[in-house]
Amino acid sequence: MIIAERKSLEEIKGLVGEAEKVLVVGCGTCVTVCFAGGAREAAITAASLRMASRLDSGPAGEPAGNGKAVRDVTVQRQCEWEYLDEIAEDVKAADVVLSLGCGIGVQAMVEHFPEAWVVPGLNTSFLGLPTEQGVWAERCAACGDCILGLTGGICPIARCSKSLLNGPCGGSENGHCEIDPGVDCAWQLIYDRLNSMNRLEVLLELQPPKNWRTARDGGPRKIVREDLRLSEEEV
Amino acid sequence: MAEREAGVAREVVVEAAGQEQPEAERLQIVAYCCQYCAYAAADLAGQLRMQYPPEVKIVHLPCSGKLDQLLALHALEAGADGVMVIGCLPGDCHFLRGNINAARRVEGLQQLLAEIGLEPERAQMFNLSAAMAAAFVEATQTMVDEITALGPSPLRRNGLMQKEEDHDNRGA
Amino acid sequence: MSIGIEGNGMLAGSKLERMLRAGHFAVTAELGPPQSADGDVIREKAALLRDCCDAANITDNQTAIVRMSSIGAGTIVVQEGLEPVIQMTCRDRNRLAIQSDLLGAHALGMRNLLCLTGDHQSFGNHPNAKNVFDIDSLQLVQIVAEMRDDCIFQCGDSFKGANPRFFIGAAAAPFADPLDFRPYRLAKKVRAGANFIQTQLVYDVPAFARYMEKVRELGAHKEAYILAGVGPLKSPGMARYMKNNVPGILVPDEIIERMTVAGAPWAGKSTKEMSAEEKRERSAAWKEEGIQICIELIEELREIEGVAGVHIMAIEWEEAVRPIVEGAGLYPRPTLGESAAGHHPESRPDSGAAPAQG
Repeated sequence: MIIAERKSLEEIKGLVGEAEKVLVVGCGTCVTVCFAGGAREAAITAASLRMASRLDSGPAGEPAGNGKAVRDVTVQRQCEWEYLDEIAEDVKAADVVLSLGCGIGVQAMVEHFPEAWVVPGLNTSFLGLPTEQGVWAERCAACGDCILGLTGGICPIARCSKSLLNGPCGGSENGHCEIDPGVDCAWQLIYDRLNSMNRLEVLLELQPPKNWRTARDGGPRKIVREDLRLSEEEV
Repeated sequence: MAEREAGVAREVVVEAAGQEQPEAERLQIVAYCCQYCAYAAADLAGQLRMQYPPEVKIVHLPCSGKLDQLLALHALEAGADGVMVIGCLPGDCHFLRGNINAARRVEGLQQLLAEIGLEPERAQMFNLSAAMAAAFVEATQTMVDEITALGPSPLRRNGLMQKEEDHDNRGA
Repeated sequence: MSIGIEGNGMLAGSKLERMLRAGHFAVTAELGPPQSADGDVIREKAALLRDCCDAANITDNQTAIVRMSSIGAGTIVVQEGLEPVIQMTCRDRNRLAIQSDLLGAHALGMRNLLCLTGDHQSFGNHPNAKNVFDIDSLQLVQIVAEMRDDCIFQCGDSFKGANPRFFIGAAAAPFADPLDFRPYRLAKKVRAGANFIQTQLVYDVPAFARYMEKVRELGAHKEAYILAGVGPLKSPGMARYMKNNVPGILVPDEIIERMTVAGAPWAGKSTKEMSAEEKRERSAAWKEEGIQICIELIEELREIEGVAGVHIMAIEWEEAVRPIVEGAGLYPRPTLGESAAGHHPESRPDSGAAPAQG
């Protein structure tokens, strides 16, 4: 799933700027599961912003001012129009919308509410999974041409720091990548797995250069499923 | 400052240049107390006629692990000068890990407060057992002393803490 | 993949290739370009290396630190009468830039190329840079071989006119993980089209000998010339650092011990207590021992079947190369045309087989 982290309150305050009425919008899907932008995080962020804006507004020694009016609301998924319809009135009433959705959610809000000024409260980081409670790691680079069948189910594009197809490089040591001892060497993992399944001969074949056209390198991607589209009458 | 017995009505007059200090202006510290240890210790203190500071208001939780950061955050937003979370001694939580979770949440809350611009010391965790009435009193006194040193919360409005119902998280 | 040997029996005709094919124990060295636009640095280093090696590698933004480009410096090296081995990593360039640069490098007179993956940019002075790695080092070897032998670009388009003729090299890390896979990886690079291999630094000869045994079982030594990597140590600290901090380098304790012992006359004092003069003397003693160890390593490595030469990496210490080469009995370098036992990868020096073609 999509893994994100909340931006610092400092950065969020900068993005919200002078706006008086702020709507914090949480998302109930990926960012809930990685504890970055779900309903609780939206409520905490809203309270934090209210409190901070009151403390900031008064010069030193004076009592805190009234601060900003910050509300929070959470939708099931920020990336689907139907869920956004539910909060249209809330969005209209705000000067600024602070989206705690992933980058997709932020953009969906802007596309669905073009009159709204929406700023991101999260840094969307990667596609990954929780390896244990509280730890998420990258697994997929969305290259558009999945080769997991070749490498025993371990992705060298996402998990090898150099995205090698004929790895490992000379920097693999004790199963770790040269860039950081906390990063596994993907090719050690691939080697061990293929070895355990007696499929090492796969590693002896020279993999040709990757076709990066299906990846982001080829330009922003789009998928159209004609079998699923609605006709004009149906819309 | 004069101290009062637990459970007795709280109108207190503090002699300070002959002025009356109304209840609402006194420091307000919310103590989230777990049923099995903290609340029991507070109860015991009452039975033993031990006095703890009237600034401390007890909120009864089944377990300190029930504490939600939002709960404490809203109290502080409303103008509470400090929040205490009091749970069982390490290893003795009736629900096994509740006090451990509470401790981590209080730590997280302190970091949140620092980000917001409030002193992190306004949120603190204490641990004691049901028999430790004196420790309960000492904890509350310690908290009052530390908060006194910090001063009233800058988030009080006109020097007052908001009542729960005035605080609406859907608007300022 | 066709071998594409030209009429004179050479793939590229570089001095390094001719030296190896003539059966001589080859010597390559390393020349580090400056972190500036100063060509004179190259000229000075070329002068130091010119007659004590057959070719000199010019590193390519080594450890991801920006330096004068390998091809740029290579042009100067060619002008100075020294033959370069240009290095190309996959970290900074995509396949277009790589092929384009190689066409230019050939036109500028370069004939040896070492294909590398490249250290990750997080090691260097521009950690915020975008990662390229469009292709990896094996794919690079194959691309260059096909440009040379089949006159086609990676996309499949054929081209007319001069083909870039490089003697193609690849690197090997005998002691990196997974250890068991390393000989197979060397063989894979050779199958992809590598003509010569330069290994990572070797200090542990028995371990390297075991590695070479596996390499010989795979027959890789017959299809490519393998040059063992060696490098003079400057201090016991350097030896320990390499042992503990650089992946894939084994440094036996005996060598660390020798370096330490070389500093024995000054052992009573801490560095702070030493005068500048004493520090210089101790450093000189260490360096002398480091060079001596390097010489002995070369002599031992020569004995290993399949080792066709050495690659001397005297990092920022090009002055050390001449004493090393002299001490190992490899100076002066043979002039080509001198008779030597014929040595083509397919025949061994002692087998009495026919000399190399051409």
